Amino acid sequence: MKRVVITGQGTINALGANVAATKEAMREGRCGIGDLEMRDLDRLSVRIGGQIKDYDPEALFNRQQISLYDRFTQFTLISAREAIAQSGLVFSGELAARSGVVLGTSGGGMQTLDENYRSVYEDGKNRVHPFVVPKLMNNAAASHVSMEFNLKGPSFTVATACASSNHAMGQAFNMIRWGMAPVMITGGSESMLCFGGVKAWEGLRVMSRDACRPFSANRNGMVQGEGAAVFVFEEYEHAKARGAQILAEVVGFAMTSDAADIVMPSKQGAARAISGALKDARLNPEDVGYINAHGTGTAANDKVECAAVADVFGHHADELMISSTKSMHGHLIGGTGAVELLACIMALTDGVIAPTINYEEPDPECALDVVPNVARDAEVGAVLSNAFAFGGLNAVLALRKAI
Amino acid sequence: MTDVAEKVIGIIAEQAVLDVEDVKPEATLEDLGIDSLGLVESIFAIEEAFDIQVPFNANEPDAGDFDISSVAAIIKAVEGLVADAA
Repeated sequence: MKRVVITGQGTINALGANVAATKEAMREGRCGIGDLEMRDLDRLSVRIGGQIKDYDPEALFNRQQISLYDRFTQFTLISAREAIAQSGLVFSGELAARSGVVLGTSGGGMQTLDENYRSVYEDGKNRVHPFVVPKLMNNAAASHVSMEFNLKGPSFTVATACASSNHAMGQAFNMIRWGMAPVMITGGSESMLCFGGVKAWEGLRVMSRDACRPFSANRNGMVQGEGAAVFVFEEYEHAKARGAQILAEVVGFAMTSDAADIVMPSKQGAARAISGALKDARLNPEDVGYINAHGTGTAANDKVECAAVADVFGHHADELMISSTKSMHGHLIGGTGAVELLACIMALTDGVIAPTINYEEPDPECALDVVPNVARDAEVGAVLSNAFAFGGLNAVLALRKAI
Repeated sequence: MTDVAEKVIGIIAEQAVLDVEDVKPEATLEDLGIDSLGLVESIFAIEEAFDIQVPFNANEPDAGDFDISSVAAIIKAVEGLVADAA
């Protein structure tokens, strides 16, 4: 079994257009959630989100690329460029033939769907742009990454709603671990902040209209975000041989399904995924210093997640730190685990724990150290990242400090 | 029974897969076997039937003015919203 390390990271999200800006915002506990800007906003009752503002695709992509890249693909490519540049890898020959891309997304090219449905249904047009299908398909982002970086090995897309990125990164991890690929580009992307995307979530009546306040007794729902994060997962010996900078080691992964309810979370399902990741990583509960929570800010998720953590960690649950960075960047749905892994890596490399902002009132059902409002300096050796999707699909990753 | 009451009971009965006669005013949604998803669907059906906006957030079901503690409470709340809309 091979060891897997992370040698590059990249992102664009509501907190920043790259990793440095995102980490700075997380350190400062800055909120990236604000008023949404989009067409027909007056017909929405939810009008806030973690939207990427001042975004200029023309500065990054040419006209032909823009006609082929939905916003979720653009976010992916921006993140992949940053991550691969940091890794210093150039893919050619045998390395290119064996390396691949596995990315998570839930909605895929939803902006493209939204615009074109509007065009044919509302505007009554009978003709759409020829690239609608290659632009909206869920695997478009993974394919464009493979094309831009010459990655000719196993490439695919994983869609498990809010756990998509964690499931994708789990696949990348295991593929390298079992010798199927020396390098995998992995992470996830989402761009659902369009009229149809927000309207659909509005219907479920779980969205907050004012703020995302995970674990706070006065929390009143989730807030959507958008963006991407992409990582270079590399086989340890390969990274070591070329003298690459190692950001962190991926040491464990587990996935479970609740087999219970399409939207309500299950403590048992979450707990089995968390304990499974620890076992897979051969970590003891007391080795874990920080958990990046799923922490959506809904009444149901946060109390169930805290109960699951308490069950798995016992007394150590009161010692570890657990925060939800969704309070700052919003819930990126299929891209969320990827952006949240940035906070996990920051904890290991910088010794800074990103806070849960907007924390106002303690909730006895979430009585853990949620790192309220202010980032904390702390040395941690191992961290977990939780993702619990609608449909009861849970995926938890374990990371350790690079040694 | 008012028109509003009749319609609301019809919506709840359909959601609970019960006969209209079995939906008693004093019953809670829990008594009728309606879970959180069923509640959200019932509220959607009520909004569609009366062309009103029901202020309801599943994260804080007890907040706001829309009382969902029993069938009778829901009927009263819908009657209020319908009157406000008129």
